[in-house]
Amino acid sequence: MSLTLEDPRIVEFDVRTDEMLVNMGPQHPSTHGVLRLLLRTDGEIVHEVTPHIGYLHRCAEKIGENLSPPQWIPYTDRMDYLAAMNMNLGFSLAVEKLIGMEVPEKAMTLRVIIGELNRIASHLVGMGAYGLDLGTFSPFLYAFREREIILDLLEEVCGARLTYSYITIGGTTHDLPDQITIPPGLAQLTERNPNLQLSWINALRMFLDWMGPRIKEYHTLLTRNAIFVRRTAGLGILSPEMAMSYGCTGPVLRGSGVDYDLRRDGEAIYTRMYEGYNYKIPVAPFSDPAFGGIPQEVKLGDNWCRFFVRMMEVAQSIEIIRQALDRYPSSKGEYRLPFKMNQKLPADEVYLETECPKGSMGFYIVGDGDAEPFRVRAKSSCFCNLSVTGPLCQGVLIADIPSIVGSLDIVMGEIDR
Amino acid sequence: MKIEEIYQRLVSRFGDSIRELKTGVKDPWIEVASTAIADVSQFLRTESDLKFEALNDLTAADWLETDAKKKTPCDPHVEVVYHLYSYSLKHTCKLKVKVPRWKDGVAGELPEIPSVAHVWGIGDWHEREAYDLVGIHFTNHPNLRRILCPEDWEGHPLRKDYEFPLEYHGVRGK
Repeated sequence: MSLTLEDPRIVEFDVRTDEMLVNMGPQHPSTHGVLRLLLRTDGEIVHEVTPHIGYLHRCAEKIGENLSPPQWIPYTDRMDYLAAMNMNLGFSLAVEKLIGMEVPEKAMTLRVIIGELNRIASHLVGMGAYGLDLGTFSPFLYAFREREIILDLLEEVCGARLTYSYITIGGTTHDLPDQITIPPGLAQLTERNPNLQLSWINALRMFLDWMGPRIKEYHTLLTRNAIFVRRTAGLGILSPEMAMSYGCTGPVLRGSGVDYDLRRDGEAIYTRMYEGYNYKIPVAPFSDPAFGGIPQEVKLGDNWCRFFVRMMEVAQSIEIIRQALDRYPSSKGEYRLPFKMNQKLPADEVYLETECPKGSMGFYIVGDGDAEPFRVRAKSSCFCNLSVTGPLCQGVLIADIPSIVGSLDIVMGEIDR
Repeated sequence: MKIEEIYQRLVSRFGDSIRELKTGVKDPWIEVASTAIADVSQFLRTESDLKFEALNDLTAADWLETDAKKKTPCDPHVEVVYHLYSYSLKHTCKLKVKVPRWKDGVAGELPEIPSVAHVWGIGDWHEREAYDLVGIHFTNHPNLRRILCPEDWEGHPLRKDYEFPLEYHGVRGK
């Protein structure tokens, strides 16, 4: 919704002043990290937004030219640090495509479980932080309560809570643990003995059983909240043509009504992981009146749609994990195929995209017969999603900028690499 | 549409500007002359049987062998790689443009390639990044500034012969 000064509904009196340049960020809390937006404003109305990025640039691609692929995996963790498992997965698959490796069934099932679990964690942060942007604090606390249990579970698997390096070339670094102590948060929420010993799979099942019904509560708390709807619906409308042209992917693209998900439409090396799973891909516009219907103000491709796609994906990820857990005990093969630290890469080049929580993360690897790749490139989904802010924020109010930028769910670590 | 058919379509339209179809590799590619890339992109974007609505990735690589022990050194050049995707027709295409490392062989003069920012919106930022890190001048680009490095940064870090600065605004580099 583009506002003009002549629009009497919004601008009740003439607020025209001299043009002013306002620096939003890089320390502004609602820009999700070190993002600097340069606004050219006229009163409260923004005429132009210029994003300035690069404050978190760590030359990851240059470093990758001097390290072998297993050594570079920790650097992928630090790209989208809210979904590090999915970053590991994307890079590992790209290397596997380059060397022509096919991982065993067990490793694929493990990757699905872990990848989808991390997707839930990432979307929970996306939801909580978005609420925070718009001035509501409670959803953030609930989201982090749930995420804490996921991090505890991932910690039991690989020892790290944020930068996992768990999914690696050839499979994963470890199998699932046989016996763990119940995560403290889960014990408290489900009123169980805090010293309860159980298998990791059962702990995850217990968490999913508890998590499933919570989504409905988030919708009551946030999705259908009148203030939240007023601040998101009908605002920041991104047309499908524009989304495709600006390379938007993931929930941003699906929120604009383009039915595209790499888990279904991607390359065979990736989609075969998801073969046989029964799940839906949420795409706007939503006609399903679940959770009490869709607010009337919602338009295709607005902030609310992008947010709602993420919430629907959480429910779908829970379904996928349940099916993967059923499949895991009977999955054949090892959890990992050997890949030497100094294994030579063939002289060829590959590009592979995977569906990460924020969008399609692509890795382009050029081998030249050495163990270190000649060139590695990480195509960031958030980078492309953020590039649309300029056109999207023309003519909106300053207070709506956090609403639009927040709906893109960006992580600066991935944009700047 | 298969890449062979896309190649035939392009050859019948652009003739000699389409240099080569490379098959037998993991991702087959079509090499395009640097002067024709903007027209070829526009053609791929608009033709009803091609319809590449999205530029998935645009990146560049500096082909210069710095390892003296390497038995078969590569031919020094810079290449820009375009990965295209069509949402409506569900096919992909990979294009390559190869140019000399420096314009007219003068070290420091960036090679020139026409911009595709008017064809795909994301081309703008991807080309800024390629300019910033690899050092390619995209002609007709609306706003060719550095994007990840600071504006007063010198050199292009992903060049193979890049030397890390010893000092930047009083901060020691090594």
